[in-house]
Amino acid sequence: MKTASEPLKQNEDNILEVSHLKKYFPIKGGVFSNVVGQVKAVDDVSFSIKRGTTMGLVGESGCGKSTAGRTLLRLIDKTDGNVLFNGTDIYALSKKEMRTLRPKMQIIFQDPYSSLSPRLPIGEIIGEAVREHKLVPKDELDDYITKIMASCGLQTYHKDRYPHEFSGGQRQRICIARALALNPEFIVCDEPVSALDVSIQAQIINLLKDLQEEYGLTYLFISHDLSVVEHISDTVGVMYLGNIVEIGATEDIFANPLHPYTKALFSAIPMPDPDAKPNRIILEGSIPSPANPPAGCKFHTRCKDCMEICKTQEPIAKDMGNGHVVKCHLYN
Amino acid sequence: MNFLKKERTKDANYISAKESRAISKENKKITDEIEKKRKRKHIPEEEYVTKMKNPDNVVEFDNVHTYFFTDIGTVKSVDGVSFEVPQGKTVGIVGESGCGKSVTSLSLMQLVQRPQGQTVEGEIRFNMGDHAVNVVNAPMDMMQKLRGNQMSMIFQEPMTSLNPVFRIGMQVDEVIALHNPQMSKEEVKKRTIEMLQMVGIANSEGVYKMYPHELSGGMRQRICIAMGLACSPKLIIADEPTTALDVTIQAQILDLLRGLKNKINSSIMLITHDLGVIAEMADYVVVMYAGRVVEKGTVQEIFKSPKHPYTVGLMASKPVVGKDIDRLYSIPGKVPNPVNMPDYCYFRDRCEMCVEACKGKYPEQTVLSPTHVVNCYRYSESSGSNGNDKKEMKEVQ
Repeated sequence: MKTASEPLKQNEDNILEVSHLKKYFPIKGGVFSNVVGQVKAVDDVSFSIKRGTTMGLVGESGCGKSTAGRTLLRLIDKTDGNVLFNGTDIYALSKKEMRTLRPKMQIIFQDPYSSLSPRLPIGEIIGEAVREHKLVPKDELDDYITKIMASCGLQTYHKDRYPHEFSGGQRQRICIARALALNPEFIVCDEPVSALDVSIQAQIINLLKDLQEEYGLTYLFISHDLSVVEHISDTVGVMYLGNIVEIGATEDIFANPLHPYTKALFSAIPMPDPDAKPNRIILEGSIPSPANPPAGCKFHTRCKDCMEICKTQEPIAKDMGNGHVVKCHLYN
Repeated sequence: MNFLKKERTKDANYISAKESRAISKENKKITDEIEKKRKRKHIPEEEYVTKMKNPDNVVEFDNVHTYFFTDIGTVKSVDGVSFEVPQGKTVGIVGESGCGKSVTSLSLMQLVQRPQGQTVEGEIRFNMGDHAVNVVNAPMDMMQKLRGNQMSMIFQEPMTSLNPVFRIGMQVDEVIALHNPQMSKEEVKKRTIEMLQMVGIANSEGVYKMYPHELSGGMRQRICIAMGLACSPKLIIADEPTTALDVTIQAQILDLLRGLKNKINSSIMLITHDLGVIAEMADYVVVMYAGRVVEKGTVQEIFKSPKHPYTVGLMASKPVVGKDIDRLYSIPGKVPNPVNMPDYCYFRDRCEMCVEACKGKYPEQTVLSPTHVVNCYRYSESSGSNGNDKKEMKEVQ
């Protein structure tokens, strides 16, 4: 593991490099609120994202994918590891320096109903951060907001309206406009479409893709909907209990899933075709508690290919070619 | 009244306080009358006992209208819905949120929020063996015997549909004890534990004593299913049973529902917006849009040859794993305002395949096969669809 004194290098093509990122939440208990345990939400996660591409992050709820998204934006502090954004270690920056970097990395939250302030008009929601960071001269701000709103499919007269006057799909457009207004390079999309209807989902996904082409954005797309992830991503990481168990190009992962968990996850997707006879691998039980994860490979309690070694030894990541990395004893 | 109309043309959503008062006064008059009729002490049997049209059906919805009388106007949530659920089959109901699919199922259970929500017209016939009960007019004590016993409902949110202050065992016991007053406490407990085992809970004795917060989402949904199935109902209404769950847990729950359906030979009314779940589970599909059924048929007919432009659009807008498309199809526009529904086809303003006839009033049913019915002018004999249109439709797919 690299130490802070060692200079960190980053590949020019990559906008973001995450290495050995860890985030533990303390469990407090007892009379004096002592720390009695730790929830290992993100436990040693490493990946990198190429400029202008989309990385999908999938997994069951509680596997730490949202926490990973927030930790790499420094919205919550890390426990260990490094995050390099455009060559700078974001955890080495002071608060003030971090503030100047913030506009470059934005986030879109899952629930468009609770992530917009109900007391601000739309124009203010979108323009607040722009004004704060002085990205645009004061007299041009109004035109700038109109321009951003138009590119997200919102009308000019929406500017003076309040969030409650909008439907779910439009609110998600507002959230996207708010992130886009700061002219970011990198956006974390934390389940941006799971609260929306199917037809609205399609609109938002198309919008995200259009904006990516227009502004050259890089996305980290967090979702549990595998079909959406396959549609939008260039690379996919599969998370289980704080670990990335498999990562690689979307085509490789979907055509040839290697990890038993990925296989089970993909076989569980219902296909909209009545003739498709699913050859389903049903996982028994549910995800173990991240406060007390199983020893060895964390998936061994539910794995159908479990071996003796899995129960004691944690598997190491192995590259199976073409950047397709899998963490499983079956391939070692 | 004239100047009020002028105001409305300015902004369709604007309603003055005076106007709103007038509406609520009018609403009260209507709902009071219905409530008075409903609250009579002795409702004569002939008002609600009927005969099934086809004795093989469990439920027949016949031109059901459920309206909500709100202060901004009447919302026609369910507006003339007709379909039936055959014995031992699964009927899937698809549609976007707000299309009335949940209200349809709530009407069947008589659980629509009263007094503002009322089923004002139509019949819902529930098969009771030798006779049928029209649920719309059935008195409260009759409904109490039906709910949970003959038909039961599994709700979307397993997190909120269990009572947090009672133990799991007690909540399942309650259902069984209520419908089987002759059973002793020990028998009831035995039955509860049997049910918990049936839905695949390994530590059923332990779970019996647990509180809902000690269980995960999938486990809670299993408890809800156990409660629903406790009295071996003829009809299970599953209202988005897997929407709040992960794919892996969803696969477990769907597997469980299918197995249990065959075990106790009941029918399922499955409400969801996930077309994948429908394709896997359902025998018949009903597609709803803005309170009306736009297309219904067998699962093969709907998925292999969808006819209504809305169904086609819905299928095209969902990305499918293994199918590489550059751009998703998205249905333009949005659902019309539920207060002032237009008098023409509700989908016309969003439809990209309009024909001349669409300018007329709401389209009548067109029967394509004994099971496949669609409400669209493109397929009615008078206007007819030409080969060109069909080609266009395939492109969208």
